[in-house]
Amino acid sequence: MNKPTNQKAWLLVLPMLICVAFSSILPLMTVVNYSVQDIISPERRVFVGTEWFASVLRDPELHAALLRQAVFSISVLTIEIPLGVLLALLMPSQGWRASTTLVVVALPLLIPWNVVGTIWQIFCRTDIGLLGSTLKAIGVDYSYTGDALQAWLTVLLMDVWHWTPLVALLGYAGLRAIPEAYYQAARIDGGGRIAIFRYIQLPKIRGVMMIAILLRLMDSFMIYTEPFVLTGGGPGNATTFLSQYLTQKAVGQFDLGPAAAFSLIYFLIIMLLCFVLYNWMQRLGGPSRTKP
Amino acid sequence: MKARSAVLIIYILLSLLPIYWMVNMSLKSNAEILASFTLFPTNFTWSNYHTILTDSSWYSGYINSVISVSINTVISLTVALPAAYAFSRYHFLGDKHLFFWLLTNRMTPPAVFLLPFFQLYSTVGLLDTHLAVALAHLVFNVPLAVWILEGFMSGIPREIDETAYIDGYTFPRFFARIFLPLIKAGVGVAAFFCFMFSWVELLLARTLTSVNAKPIVAIMTRTVSAAGMDWATLAAAGVLTVIPGAIVIWFVRQHIARGFAMGRV
Repeated sequence: MNKPTNQKAWLLVLPMLICVAFSSILPLMTVVNYSVQDIISPERRVFVGTEWFASVLRDPELHAALLRQAVFSISVLTIEIPLGVLLALLMPSQGWRASTTLVVVALPLLIPWNVVGTIWQIFCRTDIGLLGSTLKAIGVDYSYTGDALQAWLTVLLMDVWHWTPLVALLGYAGLRAIPEAYYQAARIDGGGRIAIFRYIQLPKIRGVMMIAILLRLMDSFMIYTEPFVLTGGGPGNATTFLSQYLTQKAVGQFDLGPAAAFSLIYFLIIMLLCFVLYNWMQRLGGPSRTKP
Repeated sequence: MKARSAVLIIYILLSLLPIYWMVNMSLKSNAEILASFTLFPTNFTWSNYHTILTDSSWYSGYINSVISVSINTVISLTVALPAAYAFSRYHFLGDKHLFFWLLTNRMTPPAVFLLPFFQLYSTVGLLDTHLAVALAHLVFNVPLAVWILEGFMSGIPREIDETAYIDGYTFPRFFARIFLPLIKAGVGVAAFFCFMFSWVELLLARTLTSVNAKPIVAIMTRTVSAAGMDWATLAAAGVLTVIPGAIVIWFVRQHIARGFAMGRV
């Protein structure tokens, strides 16, 4: 990792910086601004300091939503990452089969999120849906609207179905970027499949897998549309995750101040998690990161 | 080998089930969808597709989506490529912080940006244009593109750059002729992800447009009305939304599958 220092590299970064700054720094300032005010009407605002932050942090509903969110995100990662890597390893590398598998595997990603929720709503109904009817036929007393655990599992299953392809695609592209020479060398050394995976494939796809893991962590923390359409957060609060709680606050109660404060806290939680994970994974692979 | 393809085939079949259900629904009438469980449409009908393809308020949504998503993908990749190169090749003042700051933009829930974006774009007069949607989606697509591309670029040995410079290549020529072909897989994946995330984003796209630039995902929400859900039309619209994305991945597939071509350098 001995990269030369070159301040001119800033020139290459600059266009990107301008683009992102225009659409991110200005809006973020507005949110910070709202979070410290009580907005009674656009003309009447009172500075309240950290009051919103204190009240949001003390809200027991937030704690419950945060816990549900954490359990959900951990489940998502533990299922989707290994499954995605496995798929990436299984997918054929050449010919028409490779192309077809690639397109077919990617299909769930391309469905708009509100449609995903709607399709699953029908798909899981015991009277008219494929999954629901099948489960009923097997003898499972299944109801995603009545049973909290089943609702939660349904949302998890939907997420696995929807997003494992993302992990698989990233892993697949990463695997394809490994030069054939590496495999030849491994074969000469008599390495088996497991050895090849452990010492060649895994280190080589570490970079893209880090992207996959962080992306899934961020996105599962921001999951909104699918559970909202499928279960509406219910039954009870079983599938009310953080973003839905935020939207209830912002849109349902027109409370811009607390909603902005909550947005910032929410954002800080995601950022902290990603920061820890990011540094941990960098350190994990850092010294052994082999550069050809 | 047999067992490997068997596992893959089982996964693919399972993952196609909900999609099959969507296609199935799109070929039924609403009454049939809600009446009983049928594996195949008994009263086969194209009328849902007919509704969408003949009503300009429906199909214009696809055109709008394609325009704004294409603008977004092109801008994202154009600014991300040099930035990713800088991050993967050089140390410069604040590079690590800048990189992490970039990622934080990908972490922000779009809902946070909603109101500020609306105010910002109405001030500069961009509301209800394709550009507004394209620019708004840069927030999450540029970081993603830089990130993916940086990952792929870091996998390319730096000796290749140095050899090319010694051979008398200028930076732009080296970048276009030698470097880009090497990271084809990364560019393909980045382009597809930009396309995909922008294509399915609903919240920002719906807020920033009203009539002229309304994308298809926003138009779809009108199938939910006081008279109840129009399941069949929504399913048909869903099937049609998948097609452009499938075409995009069909085009980038070779870049993804072919990957690294060490032998050519």
